[in-house]
Order: sequence, then structure tokens, then C-alpha cells
Amino acid sequence: MADRQKKGIRIEALRKRYGKGDTAVDALKGVDMQVAPGEVVGLIGPSGSGKSTLLKCLGAVIEPTAGRMTLGEEVIYDDGWKMPDLRALRRDKIGFVFQAPYLIPFLDVTDNVALLSMLTGRSNGESRKRAMELLEALDVVHRAKALPAQLSGGEQQRVSIARALVNRPPVILADEPTAPLDSERALAVIRILNQMALQYETAIIVVTHDEKIIPTFKRIYHIRDGKTQEETGEGRAFE
Amino acid sequence: MISLAGRDIMHAWGKFVFTGVGLGLLIGITLSMAGIYRGMVDDAKALLDNSGADLWVVQKDTLGPYAEPSSIYDDTWRAIRGMPGVARAANITYLTMQVRQGESDVRTMVTGVTTGEPGTPGWPPYLVAGRQITRSHYEAVADVATGFALGDRLQIRRNHYTVVGLTRRMVSSGGDPMVFVPIKDAQEAQFLKDNDAIRQQRRRTTANPAFNYPGNPGLLNAVIASQSTNPYVNAVLVQIEAGHSAEDVAESIRRWKRLTVYTRSQMEEILVGKLIATSAKQIFMFLVILSVVSAAIVAFIIYTLTLGKIREIAVLKLIGTRNRTIAAMILQQAIALGMIGFVVGKIAATLLMAPIFPKYVLLEPLDSVIGFVAVVVICILSSIIAIRAALKVDPAEAIGG
Repeated sequence: MADRQKKGIRIEALRKRYGKGDTAVDALKGVDMQVAPGEVVGLIGPSGSGKSTLLKCLGAVIEPTAGRMTLGEEVIYDDGWKMPDLRALRRDKIGFVFQAPYLIPFLDVTDNVALLSMLTGRSNGESRKRAMELLEALDVVHRAKALPAQLSGGEQQRVSIARALVNRPPVILADEPTAPLDSERALAVIRILNQMALQYETAIIVVTHDEKIIPTFKRIYHIRDGKTQEETGEGRAFE
Repeated sequence: MISLAGRDIMHAWGKFVFTGVGLGLLIGITLSMAGIYRGMVDDAKALLDNSGADLWVVQKDTLGPYAEPSSIYDDTWRAIRGMPGVARAANITYLTMQVRQGESDVRTMVTGVTTGEPGTPGWPPYLVAGRQITRSHYEAVADVATGFALGDRLQIRRNHYTVVGLTRRMVSSGGDPMVFVPIKDAQEAQFLKDNDAIRQQRRRTTANPAFNYPGNPGLLNAVIASQSTNPYVNAVLVQIEAGHSAEDVAESIRRWKRLTVYTRSQMEEILVGKLIATSAKQIFMFLVILSVVSAAIVAFIIYTLTLGKIREIAVLKLIGTRNRTIAAMILQQAIALGMIGFVVGKIAATLLMAPIFPKYVLLEPLDSVIGFVAVVVICILSSIIAIRAALKVDPAEAIGG
């Protein structure tokens, strides 16, 4: 367990301040968090609590003000970015699943998944092979040649999960991935995320408001006024 | 790596093709404008080539006979013919006027040529039907662009002419087709007054005691006769004997005959540099305006297409797509749009616009190459705004909150 935790994501005393002087707002006030490979944790909190800010910091999209972030055994932030190329960091080490799938409308399902792999320099053939494996694992391989507009909402979300996994990143950030889905499909997506986390040894953080999926997490981080509080969840998805 | 631009174009090909056709029509107009300018230059050169002359002898200190009026006596050619190095010399007159045929009329350049043998300067160098003028009066050879046919009867001033031959690409520098008539008829047409004016002039001359005094009855008739004839022509066209320099012969005529003489290159400079210079500037301005409008349209279209993909671009950036990949996608789309536009424009200019345009439109391959390069450059420049907009997209936009 100690080794697995080493390879997950660890956040210590992360702070983010917007603005300066009297108008400065502290969105994150010392967030601590740790997610192990194969683990899916929930990140919940009311609007304006700092969920999106935390997600953007974790996703290397905005720069925190202070703190430390470790991805696997690599320190990526320690009061300043330690990685020279944040774009490559996002591409190789972080997977994203969004509220809406945001698939590229002019690429078919296979190429939507394979594109990210191709961006790392892998050949088209190898990238498509990886994509097909994931589509099979996610049970959407029969729609491999379809365009995103031809898929149902649940199928689109499964394709976006495949895209997030294609470069085998150590962490996946999922922003409200079940928001547009009904209960049955939402639970199916969470079940898939859990399966994928275990299968690919990926740490997954799911930001959600969705009451119906909250009981599925074993561990939940509540974020309130820029600080996190860890809670043990019901973990129903695994039972 | 997948061609993102290619996939996007294939995904929305109808939009691209429709936009490209619209742009293509604009490019077609631009190519046609260039073709009109080339046509004007070619018309001017055709006028010089078809005259068969090496030298143009005109009134002193004028730019005649095409760019300015020029009058010289119609016997000047004899003196010029006798000069060393001159193989042939012939009078010529040019008169732009409406030529009537039945109820309709056609704007033409009536050219008076000396009757003689084929090869005489001023004669149409070849015919597509019929024969050359063989009689001294009332026969005409017309360019096919006039619409006249062999045997048609034309009316120039008061006289009627029978079309005995047809020629092609014989046009004035303004593009008006030529009608060749015998020089005596052309001289008469050029200065012929109406009957009332002739009667008035005769009455005034008769009433003038200086011309009509007792003891010299022949004087009045001689004066009246001189008033109703035209001893002038516009120019003498000269062909140089082999082995002689056109410049040397021209210099000799200038010195001894006190006339202005132009060589082929000087005459071309007058026609292209002076006569059609204003038209060329107007066309150039149209070309500039059309290029700017084309650039603005391409920029607007590419910018709009890019704004429609902002969310996808944010996602692409978030998942680690390099800026140059996104820039290349937009650039390739702009170039593809330009290429579709160019192909449509070239086809439209060649098959649609040039054949129906009332002036000669010469679409040079080199102009097409320059046009293609210009379109590509314009598309590249036009895509800069869209690329800047795309590169400014914050990848955080893909994440809610």
C-alpha cells in the first residue's frame, strides 16, 4: 500500500490566491489530499468552495500560489512549477474527463481516443491499437467508426474516459462526469471509472455534486471555504 | 499524426465548398481584371503587329496616330519611299466611329489603307474569309468581332461599302474591331461635311471678293475644289529594307523631312505607357481593392470557423496539443479555402467571365501562377487573426467553474 501511495498523487498545503491587495481572494487555503493508484475518490463541495480551482491547479492549468504537489515520485510543484513543459505534463501524466464529453466532432471515436497518443509521438497504428483496446474494455468498440454526434450521452462519456486513459496517466481528473446522465448511466460511468482505476493503476479524482453517485466513493474529500476535509464514504460501487 | 484540418474540412465539406465557391467568384473577378489589362496590352501590340510597319511617320511633335491627332500631307509617302533603307511606305488613316448596318450600328475603328498588293503596310496581314480590297472605292474588310459577314452592306457617312473579306484580332488599342476601307474613302469620311455645310461654305467663298473677282474665273473653282477635298492622312507606315537599321532610317527622316518618326519600341511605349496607362491604373486599383476584400472575407470566414471551435480548441490545449498543431490546423484550413477559391475562380474566369466580357480578356498562365501565390499568401495572412484568437484560448475554459 505504501508503494502504491507513492505512485499516486499527493497534495500538501496547496494555496491559491486570486488578485492582489484588498481585492485578493483566497480560493484554496492549504489543501491536503492524497489519492493512491487504483483508487477513485470524490471531491465534493458547494458552489464557490474551490473545487474548480483545485482541479485547475491539479491539472496544471493555473499555477497555485504555494504548496507542494507530487505525481508518482515526481514533485511537479513546490512553491513553483518544477516541470519545464506543463503541456507535456498534462498530455503524458494527467487524464481529463469533463462534464460534457467535449469530443472532437470531426474525428471518429477511434481517432478521438488515439489523437492524444499520437500527440506523444506514437505511430498512428500503435495509437489506434491502444484506442481499440480501451474501446473494447469500455464496451464501445462497436461504435469505433462513428462520429461523436452519432453516439448516446453514455457512449460519449465512455469514449472520453478512453481518451483520458490512452496515455496510461498516473492520475485522471473527472469534472462532474455524470452530470448530464440519468442515475443508471451515472452509476455505470462510476463503475467503469473504478474498473479502469484498478486495471490501469490510475488515481482518479471525481469532482461532483451528484447525490446519486456520492455513496459509491470509499473516500470523499469535502472542500469548504478553500480547505479539504477527508471522510470515509460508503463505497457501494464495489459491493 | 492525423490531419485535423483535413478531417474538419471533410466533416463540414459543404460549408467549405460553398464558402470556397463564393470566394472563388471574387478571385475569378480578380483574375479577369488582370486578364482585361493583359488584353488591353495585347490589343495595343496586335495593333502595331498587324500594321506591318517598322516606322510610324507622323506630324511633327505629336504622339500620333494612336495617342494624339496627326495630319500630314498625303503625298509625303513618296518622298519617304525614296529615302535610303525604305522598302515600302504607305499612307494610313484611323477614324473611330459608328458604322451602320441596316438599323444597327457597331463601334469600329475605320482604317484607310492604300490599295496595292498584299504586304502593303496597314493591310490586314491575313483573312479568315473572302479577299483583300482590290478596288479604290466602296469595298471593306471587317474584323469578325464587328459581326459583319461577307457580302454585308455597311454605311460609313453617306457611302455604302460591301464587305469583301473578314479578318480576326484586328482591333484598336481600345479594343474596337477594325473595318478597312480604301484610303481615299477614309480621307473623305474623315473630313466630309454635310451638304448644308458645303453649301454654306461655297456661298461664303463665292461672296468673298478675294476669291471671286473679275478676270480670274478659275480661282473660285480652285478654292472651292480645295475646300471639298482632304489632302491629309494620319501617318505614313514604313517598312525597312533588310540590312538597314530602323533607328538610322528614322533619324534620316526626322532630319530631312522635319517629321516625327517612331520605331516599334517607341510606339509600344506610347501605347502601353501613355494611351492605356490610366486604364491600367484603374484596373490596378480594382485589383488592390478586390485583393483586400478577398483577404477580409477569408479572415472573417476563418475567424468565424475558429470561434465556432473554441471549446474544442480549449480541450485540445488542455489535453496537451501543441500550439503549432492548432495553428497548423487553422492555417491549413485557410489555405484549403484559398485553393478551393482559386480553382473555382480560375474556372469561372476562363469559362464564364472571359468569353462573355465585351473586351478581349487574356488570361496568362504566369498571371494564374502569381494569382495562386497571392491567394495563398493572402490566406496565410488572413489566418493570423484566427490563429491569434485560438492561441489565446485558455485551456481552463474546458474545465467548468
